[in-house]
Amino acid sequence: MAQATLAPPVVDRGPLAWARRRLFSSWLDGLVTLGFGAFVLWVFFKTLDWAVLGAVWSLEDKELCVAGGGACWSVIEARGRLILFGLYPFEQHWRSTLACLVIVLTMGLSCVPRFWGVRRLPLLWLAGFGSFLLLMYGGVLGLSVVTTEQWGGLSLTVLIFAAVVVIGMPLSVLLALARRSDMPVISRVAGGIIDVVRSLPLLTVLFAAAVVVPFVVPDWAQGDKLVRVILAFAVFFACYQAEIIRAGLQSIPPGQEEAAAALGMKYWRRVIEILLPQAFRASLPATINQFVITFKETSIVTIIGFFEIMASGNAAVGTGDWAGQYIEVYVFVGAIYFCFVFGLSRYGAYLERRARLGQA
Amino acid sequence: MLGILRTHKARAWLYQGLALAATLGLALSFVLIARQNLLDQGIATGFGFLERSTGWPINFALIEVSDRSPYWRMLTAGLLNTLLVGLLGLASATLVGVVIGLIRISSNLVLNVIGATYVEVFRNVPLILQAFFWYAILTHLPSPRRAIPLLDIGFLSNRGLVLPALDISAADVFLLAAGAALIFYGAARLGGAGTPASRWAWPLALAALAALFALLLLTGRTPDAPLMTLPELRGLRFVGGFEIKPEFTALLIAITVFGGAYIGEIVRGGFLSVDKGRIEAARALGLKGFQINRFVRIPLALRAMLPALANQYVWLMKATTIGIAIGFPDYFMVVSTSINQSGQTMELMALLMGGFLLVNYSIGFVMNRVNARLAIKDRAG
Repeated sequence: MAQATLAPPVVDRGPLAWARRRLFSSWLDGLVTLGFGAFVLWVFFKTLDWAVLGAVWSLEDKELCVAGGGACWSVIEARGRLILFGLYPFEQHWRSTLACLVIVLTMGLSCVPRFWGVRRLPLLWLAGFGSFLLLMYGGVLGLSVVTTEQWGGLSLTVLIFAAVVVIGMPLSVLLALARRSDMPVISRVAGGIIDVVRSLPLLTVLFAAAVVVPFVVPDWAQGDKLVRVILAFAVFFACYQAEIIRAGLQSIPPGQEEAAAALGMKYWRRVIEILLPQAFRASLPATINQFVITFKETSIVTIIGFFEIMASGNAAVGTGDWAGQYIEVYVFVGAIYFCFVFGLSRYGAYLERRARLGQA
Repeated sequence: MLGILRTHKARAWLYQGLALAATLGLALSFVLIARQNLLDQGIATGFGFLERSTGWPINFALIEVSDRSPYWRMLTAGLLNTLLVGLLGLASATLVGVVIGLIRISSNLVLNVIGATYVEVFRNVPLILQAFFWYAILTHLPSPRRAIPLLDIGFLSNRGLVLPALDISAADVFLLAAGAALIFYGAARLGGAGTPASRWAWPLALAALAALFALLLLTGRTPDAPLMTLPELRGLRFVGGFEIKPEFTALLIAITVFGGAYIGEIVRGGFLSVDKGRIEAARALGLKGFQINRFVRIPLALRAMLPALANQYVWLMKATTIGIAIGFPDYFMVVSTSINQSGQTMELMALLMGGFLLVNYSIGFVMNRVNARLAIKDRAG
């Protein structure tokens, strides 16, 4: 066979080759690149023009706001406090701000591996959540009492999220353990609760807590409407989270529990020291994803009549003065949600990468 | 005496007995207290109220309802609204999701950037905020007098979108949809059978569909009415034509856009999960690009997507309940208004849960069937 002269291999490194591969691999690809590239640039500059260049920034320039012009951020200066704090007393806004920061700090600290422990993490959250409640409610250290009806805006959103996680997490562990239990009645009851709640929309569960529960429990057990709704939300969260933890528990080889039992460890010690740490590690990405969903879903309590940030945003454009600036307000509120949710989901993605590196 | 509690079995029985007793006790106390409350308010229990007339209207329904309609009819209208917006939303979200998913796995950088931006923006903002946003935009459109014309046959205004309407009743539309589903199912069966007649399956199906449509137009119409009514501006509003309310449109857009972002990620994940070796094997066997996609890549990706897709469908279906926030009368809104108006709390909550269990289990059932059809058939199967 004749020796064919092969052309030297095409070097596909360097910026030019990269551009050919990612932007101009064929003439159709090049057309797409140019067409959609122009579209992306157009959208980008339109948005930039609307949000920054052509925008009106301060309340004094309110008259400059015209329909069809740039963004009118004056509405945020005028109504920002309403959106962020709701009906919380004006002089006490610093407390609401500080309380939010405490929860954000707690969330930040729980991302640090040092705090990942069966005892440390719950303690951290109890401390963070406790100081949040103290700051918001007051009544100690000379802080005036602010009742829950006046809580609103971002701090109410954060409160609902934090409370749902703090109450829901232990509940989800109990539900997951109960569903895995070898006692048939207990596993059936837990399984039934989880399956029924998971097939219902969150709104119906919250609605039931707000409207139906006063109907079926004695007067002394009704409590605050906010507390009822948070408890129902926590149960809803726990039912989803229980399935995530159950999946984590199932990923642990049964030999581990058998070995612990053979060493004479009692059930709860086996659970706390052998099973849960591994189950949590295995289910961490799914758990973060559940947090993300839960944070977004706190906006649903708006429908039940709570004044969290979605509702206060609506209220800000609900009156005649700023009714035309709805886009600015929704973008502002959306950006706040985005910061929390995007941050959380990026962290989740980082954890997932880390876990995959650990396996390889 | 207490020694018996030391054994594992005895304790298991004790715990289970306690759990059972607590569950039953709680349920019993709920029922008793609810009955007492109902007695105090003078409300008769049972489903007799379904025959009473509601006394309040809803602004959007597929079947004819008015404020004199009985509760059962109003609830049916609500359930149909939920199904309509849910199924349409699922279909359009899937369409958007497939496009976004494919855009994100394409080799083109510009398309990647567009896809990633879309997903990050719309997935990280609550659905309800998006619904409020679209609703605000739609209701801030110009008034009917200054409506935006669409090809001069439709008009977009702050009252909604009006389009020319065929003179077909809602019942006929259902008949048509059911007939079409049947015809397409038959065509798919015939087309997949591999017999010589298979080639004619799809043309035959289209012909049958056209015949069904013509039949409905000929028989189902009100005599002497025009075949098509065009919307016309009279005074402050449009008369005639087919009107789509902004509540419905806003909810549909929100579900499409939000669901599209999630489904896009599922589609992307599905395609990324396809083993590269299999594609290389297909290429080595001499399959062409189209054939690789049709017979190897898409079936494998679809299999990987289905479980996540089923979950997402159920989630989106449940999420339609947020329509109440912008005033779309879905099943949940009709039920909660009924509870306010009639006080039949327990019965209506049972109907509410029953309705959603039914819808969600139906989706689950259908998706399981699809999954079973698509699953890799091993030698045992």
